[in-house]
Amino acid sequence: MNIHEYQAKEIFRAAGIPIPPGEVATTPAEAEAIAKKFGGTVVVKAQVHAGGRGKAGGVKLAKTPQEAREVADKILKLHIKDLPVQKVLVTPAADIASEAYVGIIVDRARKKAVFMVSPAGGIDIEEVAAKTPEKIMYHPVDARYGLMDFEAQQMGFFLYKDAKQARAAASIMKQLYQAFVKSGASLAEINPLVVTPKGEVLALDAKMVVDDNELDRHPEIAKLRDESAEAPSEVQARNANLTFIKLDGNVGCVVNGAGLAMATMDLVKYYGGEPANFLDIGGSSNPEKVVNALKIITADPNVKAILFNIFGGITRTDDVANGIVTATKQNPLKVPIVIRLTGTNEEIAMKILQDNGFSASSDMDEAVKKAVELATKGGKAA
Amino acid sequence: MSIFIDNSTTVIVQGITGRDGSFHAKQMMEYGTKIVAGVTPGKGGQKFEDKVPVFNTVAEAMKATNANTSVIYVPPMYAADAILEAADAGVKFIVAITEGVPVLDMTRVYPFVKEKGARLLGPNCPGLITPGQSKVGIIPGRICTPGPVGVVSRSGTLTYEVVYQLTRAGLGQTTCVGIGGDPINGTNVIDCLAAFEKDPATKVVCMMGEIGGTDEQEAAEFVKKNMKKPVVGFIAGQTAPPGRRMGHAGAIISGSAGTAAEKIQAFKDAGMGVAQRPLDFVELVRARLK
Repeated sequence: MNIHEYQAKEIFRAAGIPIPPGEVATTPAEAEAIAKKFGGTVVVKAQVHAGGRGKAGGVKLAKTPQEAREVADKILKLHIKDLPVQKVLVTPAADIASEAYVGIIVDRARKKAVFMVSPAGGIDIEEVAAKTPEKIMYHPVDARYGLMDFEAQQMGFFLYKDAKQARAAASIMKQLYQAFVKSGASLAEINPLVVTPKGEVLALDAKMVVDDNELDRHPEIAKLRDESAEAPSEVQARNANLTFIKLDGNVGCVVNGAGLAMATMDLVKYYGGEPANFLDIGGSSNPEKVVNALKIITADPNVKAILFNIFGGITRTDDVANGIVTATKQNPLKVPIVIRLTGTNEEIAMKILQDNGFSASSDMDEAVKKAVELATKGGKAA
Repeated sequence: MSIFIDNSTTVIVQGITGRDGSFHAKQMMEYGTKIVAGVTPGKGGQKFEDKVPVFNTVAEAMKATNANTSVIYVPPMYAADAILEAADAGVKFIVAITEGVPVLDMTRVYPFVKEKGARLLGPNCPGLITPGQSKVGIIPGRICTPGPVGVVSRSGTLTYEVVYQLTRAGLGQTTCVGIGGDPINGTNVIDCLAAFEKDPATKVVCMMGEIGGTDEQEAAEFVKKNMKKPVVGFIAGQTAPPGRRMGHAGAIISGSAGTAAEKIQAFKDAGMGVAQRPLDFVELVRARLK
């Protein structure tokens, strides 16, 4: 789960990390009022779950409250990577002597949480990794001991020569690690971590991604989810316990299992079509899930054909067949549907479908080919 | 022959009285798997299906049965502890089926299991099956048939799809292993490849990967350096947009490491066969069995 910068900053602040104050505005007038309160130059930052905010014009300086109002007005009208900006964070502009990067991410290869720190901050860390890899220090943490003082200091001194600054950075890293573990995060990032001309070390940005699997344990974090900042179809799918990602094609896909769902999308492309989505109905499906899946898919006007690809293991194919029948009775389909079912209770499923006027195949390639054909030619219902 | 499990494998089911655990314990027993004990705290002393003794702890179950394998169906928030308990009790092969185990839990579990000298498969995996002998997990038994093909995969239903295509074409399997798609898991693709290379009955290996991470590139490197047996590979997610999570946490493309194109190139560089789609496995495997 993504959370906003201002939310991550609250978590980091609670862990003791020094962060300049800031307040959230949803209208230009609020932004103006906040800027007036802080006085001096402020930064207005789009609160949106997308990277590259700066490049997209979502982060701007404002020297006066009036300018903060104008800038906020522009930013609040932006869409960044298709997501509407609904909130801005207004925060006093800090004087910056140097910028560093501090991040923690769970690393598959090392099977540990790994710190990544670099004195080259303020820019995309992937860029630093590609161009000047020697400027990044990686430090895996043994979860059983946590981040030890000497480890934090090693990283502090990698960032700063000045002992006071190095120690301040070390303490921030320990606090960041605590916040990371306590929140059940899979990523926590400060970019930039700055040194002011006075020598203070401050976090000017905050990013955190929380492991969805931890949310049951952390209701206070789960509450931070901002559904208005996500694509509506993805919110609907999550609430129906489906994994859905919208794509640009015209073959709507309903599949069980992530690997098979991706392989199905690939096969659509292999036969010359374009998938309209990734949709995984998961393991133990019930008819209700299928009904919801069809609702989500048919809401996309680009979809010209619907393809079901179900390999029943835990999933019972008769559940899926019942779901298809129920869903299409409630909302008759306007586009053709191609069904491929095999596995658990296949015979029962085929009978249910036949009795209700559907045809189904047990062959994946055959079904995909047909769905692509129907989508491109706008053919009639199967 | 086979890898990891055969007809001598003895299994403890952790979570045997739960909804998933009881269903799959029955399925495994029907398939012929030797289920020797179950564990559910608080239900010690009961018998599962009038046959299998249930214990409160894995330690007690081990004392009574000395099983070599355990399979875990406990809910996600307790799964990490169940793995630790099994490793601590001396179980040598632990198969964790549970989906949704927090990744930070796994950062603690992995080093512990390793220190105990146990092998972990999963979590969030379908388990494994040696057709005709034993199955541990949830892979449907009837889509498999004994034969010379080793199968290793990161996903569940995609594994079923490929195995089904192989079986339909008369190409049986030594063992089919689903390692799971979580970011941190126990047994990896290379562990399975190494085991298949050593298994005299396995003549060809099929490997299904996904976008994200570098597991497949490393596996390809291993094939090139250490394997004499032919390997055929497939990558799911060739059309996935960059940076989006597709169900499995594994399917994240970060930077350039982990794209389908990169992985397929690594397969080609290692001299592996490359299946464009699941059906292609049939011809590629057949050609390599000749």
